[in-house]
Amino acid sequence: MEIAANDISQTLCQSVAEAAGLGRPLQLCGSGSKEFFGRRATGTRLDLTAHRGVINYEPRELVITVRAGTRLAELESLLAAEGQMLAFEPPHFGPSATLGGSAACGLSGPRRPYAGALRDFVLGVTLINGRGERLRFGGEVMKNVAGYDLSRLMVGAMGSLGLLLDVSLKVLPLPETERTLVQACTEEQAIERMNRLAGTPLPLTGAVYDGLQLYLRLSGSEPGVVAAQTRLGGEVLADGSGFWRRVRELEHPFFDSSSANGPDNGRPLWRLSISPGSPPLGLPGRQFIDWGGAQRWLIIEQPGEQPTEQLAERLRAVAVQHGGHAQLFRGGDRNGAVNHPLPGPLMQLHQQLKLAFDPQGIFNPGRLYPEF
Amino acid sequence: MDHTPRVNPSVDPSVDKPGLIKALRQILPAQRILHEREALRPYECDGLSAYRQVPLLVVLPDDAEQVRRVMQCCHERGVPVVARGAATGLSGGALPLADGVLLSLARLNRILHIDPLNRTARVQPGVRNLAISQAVEGLELYYAPDPSSQIACTIGGNVAENSGGVHCLKYGLTVHNVLQLKLVTAAGELVTLGAEALDAPGFDLPALLIGSEGMLGIVVEVLVKLLPTPERAQVLLAAFDDVSKAANAVGDVIAAGIIPAGLEMMDGLAIRAAEDFVHAGYPVDAEAILLCELDGANEEVSAHLARVRQQLLDSGATEVRTAENEEQRALFWKGRKSAFPAVGRISPDYYCMDGTVPRKRLAEVLLETSRLSAHYQLPVANVFHAGDGNLHPLILYDANRPGELKRAEDLGAEILELCVRVGGTITGEHGVGHEKIHQMCVQFNAAELAQFHAVKRAFDPHGLLNPGKAVPQPRHCSEYKALGSDTLTPPSARDQDARDQDARDHGA
Ligand SMILES: Cc1cc2nc3c(=O)[nH]c(=O)nc-3n(C[C@H](O)[C@H](O)[C@H](O)COP(=O)(O)OP(=O)(O)OC[C@H]3O[C@@H](n4cnc5c(N)ncnc54)[C@H](O)[C@@H]3O)c2cc1C
Repeated sequence: MEIAANDISQTLCQSVAEAAGLGRPLQLCGSGSKEFFGRRATGTRLDLTAHRGVINYEPRELVITVRAGTRLAELESLLAAEGQMLAFEPPHFGPSATLGGSAACGLSGPRRPYAGALRDFVLGVTLINGRGERLRFGGEVMKNVAGYDLSRLMVGAMGSLGLLLDVSLKVLPLPETERTLVQACTEEQAIERMNRLAGTPLPLTGAVYDGLQLYLRLSGSEPGVVAAQTRLGGEVLADGSGFWRRVRELEHPFFDSSSANGPDNGRPLWRLSISPGSPPLGLPGRQFIDWGGAQRWLIIEQPGEQPTEQLAERLRAVAVQHGGHAQLFRGGDRNGAVNHPLPGPLMQLHQQLKLAFDPQGIFNPGRLYPEF
Repeated sequence: MDHTPRVNPSVDPSVDKPGLIKALRQILPAQRILHEREALRPYECDGLSAYRQVPLLVVLPDDAEQVRRVMQCCHERGVPVVARGAATGLSGGALPLADGVLLSLARLNRILHIDPLNRTARVQPGVRNLAISQAVEGLELYYAPDPSSQIACTIGGNVAENSGGVHCLKYGLTVHNVLQLKLVTAAGELVTLGAEALDAPGFDLPALLIGSEGMLGIVVEVLVKLLPTPERAQVLLAAFDDVSKAANAVGDVIAAGIIPAGLEMMDGLAIRAAEDFVHAGYPVDAEAILLCELDGANEEVSAHLARVRQQLLDSGATEVRTAENEEQRALFWKGRKSAFPAVGRISPDYYCMDGTVPRKRLAEVLLETSRLSAHYQLPVANVFHAGDGNLHPLILYDANRPGELKRAEDLGAEILELCVRVGGTITGEHGVGHEKIHQMCVQFNAAELAQFHAVKRAFDPHGLLNPGKAVPQPRHCSEYKALGSDTLTPPSARDQDARDQDARDHGA
C-alpha cells in the first residue's frame, strides 16, 4: 500500500523544530476549506495534505486511525463501504476537506446533539508539539484514562496547541433506515417540540427549523422508525439525505446571502451556541435553528444604524443570557473578535496551556484569539 | 513520611500544623476540621485499601466558597491538598499525604437545579451518582454513566476519574455526559469550564479536566446531561462452555451492526461467586456468561433481540435466556453489579485491575491472564465491560500471608503490561492514581510524560494538587525501567514503614 510513502512526519517534525529554534510562526494548512473560519492566522504556511492515508481500519473494532491529511470524503466512503459512518456528521465545506482540519476546527453536523460531537469520538491522536516532539496520546481502545486527555483537548484548538499527525476515531454502524418528517409551525412551537421530543425515547437524530417548518430526522431499524413516524405524524420529506447534507454544509438556501458567492461577498454569519430550550431570541435578522435548538444561525441582511461592534456585544450578551456564546462564524472582519471573548482567569489558563504545548508560540498565532 | 513521589520538591514538608488549623478556623467551623488521630483514621485510604496514609488534617467544607478559601489558604502556605469524594476509587487517587490536607467534598451534596426542558441537572460534587437518576426518575430521565459503585460514588469522583459503567458502550463515559464544570484552581480561583450550550469558546477544558484525577483543580459544581429513559430495555444472558468463545462473541455481536446498551462478561469463578451472593439465577456450570442489554423503542428492541440472540448462538453460546420480566432483568444486573463484593466473600482480599484492550484481543488476553494466574499461584476472577474491551481481572490473595500482596502486585503489573503490548491501556476507567504510577512508564515515553507535567504546571505551578499521583517523574521511570519491577520497592512494601513512622509522628 501507499501508506508508508505518504508518511511525512519526519519532515514535519524537522520543520517544526526549525521554526521553534528561529521563533518563526507557522500556519498549519490542510486543504484550505475552513480558512474562512476562525481568525486570520499569520506565519509561514506549512502544508499538511501530503501526510495522508488510513493507518488502521478494523470495522469490527469500530475504530479507524487516519493521517490528518486524509480527505474527509475518502474516509467517509471507505466507512460507508463497510456500513459505518462518522456519527458526528462533520461538515466538509469543500471537496478536499481533510480530517485534520475538521478535528482542529472541531465542527460537527446536525446529528451532534443526539450522537455526540467530533470530540466525543476521538480515541487518540499523534501530534507534534511546539518543541518538534512527536507524541502519542490516547489510543485505539474505547476507554482510556491513563494520563490527561490531551487528544480531546486538540479538538477545536484550531491547531494552536499542536500539529495533528493522525487521529483515531470511534465509528458507528450506519442506521438501517432514516426518514425526515416535516411540519409547519411557529418558531416558539418548533423549539418547544424539538426539546420535548428529545426528552422522550424516540430515535431522533436531527431537528431543525428553517423559519417556516420543523424538520425531524429519525434513524434506526425499520420497525423502530416506522413506529416513531406513526407517533409523530407530519409529512415525509422526499430527499431527506440531501436536505441534511445542505444543512450540514450551510448550503441550505437560508445561508445563500452569507456565502462568499452571494451578494456583497456575503453577509456575516453568526452562530449562537446556547441551551437548546432557549425561547425565540427576538434578535434582528433571520434565524435558522439547528441542533434541536442549541445552535442558532443568524444573518442580519440590513445592518441598519448599529455599528458592528455594538451588534456583536448585543449578540454575545443574548447568548450568555441563554447559557452560551456567540461566534462570528463566516464573513465580517476576520481580524476582529470572531470568537467569544474569555473571562480573565480563563484566558490566563488558555495562555498557560498554550505555553505548555508551544512555548515559542509558533503554531497558528492569533487564529483562535489575538492573545496567543 | 511520604511514600508518593512529589511533583514539586519545593513543597515544604514541615508544615506548621497549629498555624494551619488556626487559619482554617477563620474559614470553617471547628467541627469541620479534623486533626485528631482517631478522627483522621477513617480517611486513610480509598477503595484500594492496600495503601494507607493518615493525612495531616481533614477539612469538610459545606459550600464552594469555603472550598475556594481553603484552597487559597493552603496555597499561601504551600500545603498540598488531596480531594476526596466517597473514596470508592480503586487506584489510590484519594490516598492522603502525611503533610497534606485531605479535602472532603462529601458535604457539598445538593442537587441544585433540574431543568426538564434542557435535560440537565446542576449538582454539587458530593452528590452520589445514583441520586441524580433517582431525583429525575419522575421525569422519565436519567443520568447515563452507571459505575457499579453508583450507590456510593460521587459525581465529583466520577468527573475526576472519567468513570464509566455497564451502559457506557452505547451512552458514553462521564466525559460524554457532562456539559459544564465549576472549578476551584490550586490558587483558589473559581472558573467555569464548558457551558449550558453544547460547546464553549476556546479550548475544550471540560474534556481535559474530566479524568484528570484531582490534579488540575477541585470540582465544585457539575452540569450533567440527562437522557430519556428508554421505552424498553431487555437483557439477554448467554452461557458459554469456553471463555474464548464468549470473548469472540463480543466482537461478533458488534460486527453485526448493533450497539448494545451494555455488553458484560463474567467468567466461571465470578459467576459462581455472584450466584452464591445474590442468587441471580446464573448458570453456575458455565465457563463464561455474557449479559447483553438492548434498549430503545419497543419495536426496535424486538427486532434487535432476535438478531442478537441468533448471533450469540452462532458464536457458540450453549444457551441464551431473555429476562422474562423487569424483576429478572434487575436480578441479572444485580449479580453483575455485586460481583466485586461477591468475590470479596470468597477471598480475604482482592486486587482489581483495569486494563483495556482491543476487543479482538480479548480471548488471547484472558488466556494469557489465566496462564499468569497459574504461574503466580493466585486465582483470578474476571468480570468486566466486554463490549468496551475493558478488563477487570480480580486477583484473589490474602494480605496476611507473607509475600502474597507483593505477588498480587507483580501479577497485576504483568497483566497491565500485557494490555499495553496488545495495543491497549493500563487503565480504562479507574485511573492511575497512586497504584499504576510505575506502569505509566511503560505506556508513555519521557517526552509524553514531560508534556503531561507541563499541562499540570499550567494549572498548578507549585504542584499542590494531589502531588505524586497519576503522572510519574521521568527520573522515577528511568529507575523503574533500569531496575525492573522486582527490585524497585513497590509502594505497598513501604506502606507499613509509612504507617509506623506516621504513628511515631503522632505519638500513637
Ligand atoms: C465495588 C466497586 C465497583 C466499581 N465499579 C466501577 C465501574 O463500574 N466503573 C468505574 O468507572 N469505576 C468503578 N469503581 C471505581 C470508583 O467507584 C470510581 O472511580 C468513582 O468515580 C470514584 O468516586 P468517589 O466519589 O468514590 O471518588 P474518590 O475515590 O473519593 O476519589 C477519586 C479521585 O477523584 C478525586 N476527586 C474526588 N472528588 C473530587 C472533586 N470534587 N474535585 C476534584 N477531584 C476529586 C480524588 O482526589 C481522587 O483522585 C468501582 C469501585 C468499587 C469499590
